[in-house]
Amino acid sequence: MSILNKHKYIETNATLLLVLSFFVVSIGGLVQIVPLFYLENTIEDVEGMRPYSPLELTGRDIYIREGCYVCHSQMIRPIRDEIVRYGHYSLAAESQYDHPFQWGSKRTGPDLARVGGRYSDEWHVDHLRDPQSVVPESVMPKYAFLEETRIEGTYIKDLIETHRFVGVPYTDDMVDNAYLDFMAQSNPDSDYDGLLERYPGAQVRNFDGQPGISELDALIAYLQMLGTLVDFSTFEPDASR
Amino acid sequence: MSKKPVKKEVPTTGHSWDGIEEYDNPMPRWWLWTFYACIVFAIGYSIAYPAWPMINRATPGLLGYSTRQDGEAALIAAAQANDVINTKLAETELADISKDPELVTYATNAGAAVFRTWCAQCHGSGAAGVQANGYPNLLDDDWLWGGAIDDIHTTISHGIRNTMDDDARYSEMPAFGDILEQEQIAQVTNFVMSLSGDADSPDMIADGAIVFEENCAACHAEDGTGDRAQGAPNLTDAVWLYGDGYDHIFAQISKARNGVMPNWNTRLSEPEIRAVSIYVHSLGGGE
Repeated sequence: MSILNKHKYIETNATLLLVLSFFVVSIGGLVQIVPLFYLENTIEDVEGMRPYSPLELTGRDIYIREGCYVCHSQMIRPIRDEIVRYGHYSLAAESQYDHPFQWGSKRTGPDLARVGGRYSDEWHVDHLRDPQSVVPESVMPKYAFLEETRIEGTYIKDLIETHRFVGVPYTDDMVDNAYLDFMAQSNPDSDYDGLLERYPGAQVRNFDGQPGISELDALIAYLQMLGTLVDFSTFEPDASR
Repeated sequence: MSKKPVKKEVPTTGHSWDGIEEYDNPMPRWWLWTFYACIVFAIGYSIAYPAWPMINRATPGLLGYSTRQDGEAALIAAAQANDVINTKLAETELADISKDPELVTYATNAGAAVFRTWCAQCHGSGAAGVQANGYPNLLDDDWLWGGAIDDIHTTISHGIRNTMDDDARYSEMPAFGDILEQEQIAQVTNFVMSLSGDADSPDMIADGAIVFEENCAACHAEDGTGDRAQGAPNLTDAVWLYGDGYDHIFAQISKARNGVMPNWNTRLSEPEIRAVSIYVHSLGGGE
């Protein structure tokens, strides 16, 4: 074991010590960093996924701001009881446009990965205003202020551009029309054909039932699209993913 | 300080700092061999199970283990365990299910589980609904869209006024606040109240009857008993979806709330929908 006995030689030779230290540290670095360049291959090839519409993305920001992820996960694990309760297990593809992802790590409340379409808009309004009015045993706090807080969409284009900067494939068309799309989605009387063309499957409704765009509109728009995009009729699971 | 006996055979590391030397005691053997065993196990584990990220995919592992396949297998096993009775439940005529005690027992229990998972959030864990917010009570015998087993099955499958299912039950009460004068709404509110009890202002009932006939009778019927084909409620039974009393009824006429129910045919299997239909039908109000 002669090489292991060269301590003294290495430790008294500063340049050699530096080179060898760098070599050892690089191995650790490579093992952690290189797989990130091949992250794409963990994302399933599915049909239906698209970036968030401006209003949904705003709602997502409110979801993050209010710390919903502290009590709600967005990750249905491939376990029988979770699939039976929440629906098809979550795919990596479904959070590929999430910066940051909202998988969460604790379920004080239920998983929300497929909450979209599970309740009516009115239920979400009632529930966010006063959760105990519809679910008496709930421990969720009240979020009644959301419907009173108007949002103008002043920085919506910047928000979309920021998400494009970190890798979400927003097109120029999406960026240019960010404000129009933001205003259109909660107004069924508006001209929303462009919105549906850019964001297939986007739901256009007056989510909070009140005129104008409130934070509640944005949050419900986000909740109602969660888990609804992927077309599972064309999805084939791959064992290695 | 008492001197401990020094084992002479332990060598020192050879360093000496200000005359202080360090023994070069070997690691305990049990520790060292456990450590080596862990390394060997880790290598074996990463060969047997999915581990190393490669260019196109991670190494799948010799055992072919997959959490997703495990989950699917558990689902399939559960489905097979109930396959016989689920097939029977799905193939029996809805109206005939109640004649088979075995099916009824199974469907009522399975339906109760489905109800608590998917329905209780709006209709309450006891199915009494939330009167204050307009979520219908399923325990009484007042039905908006019909209380026969076929009607309940259709409502659960396709839902009401949702945008997901083209076959969803649909009707929309107009906002009469934009159509009628406030005075007329007050009159018809009193008339509607008089159908099941006492009006606030009895002198308005006669005028209200005329407003009702011209604007409301098409859906709620001449006598106010409603029309289940359109989900128009019976106004004569003193059961109020959006609250009783003058103010609530006035508000509903002025700016109607039209409840939405999701379609469950994309989330639940046919046997599950049938089971929860049987369960809801059995709650007391089934026709």
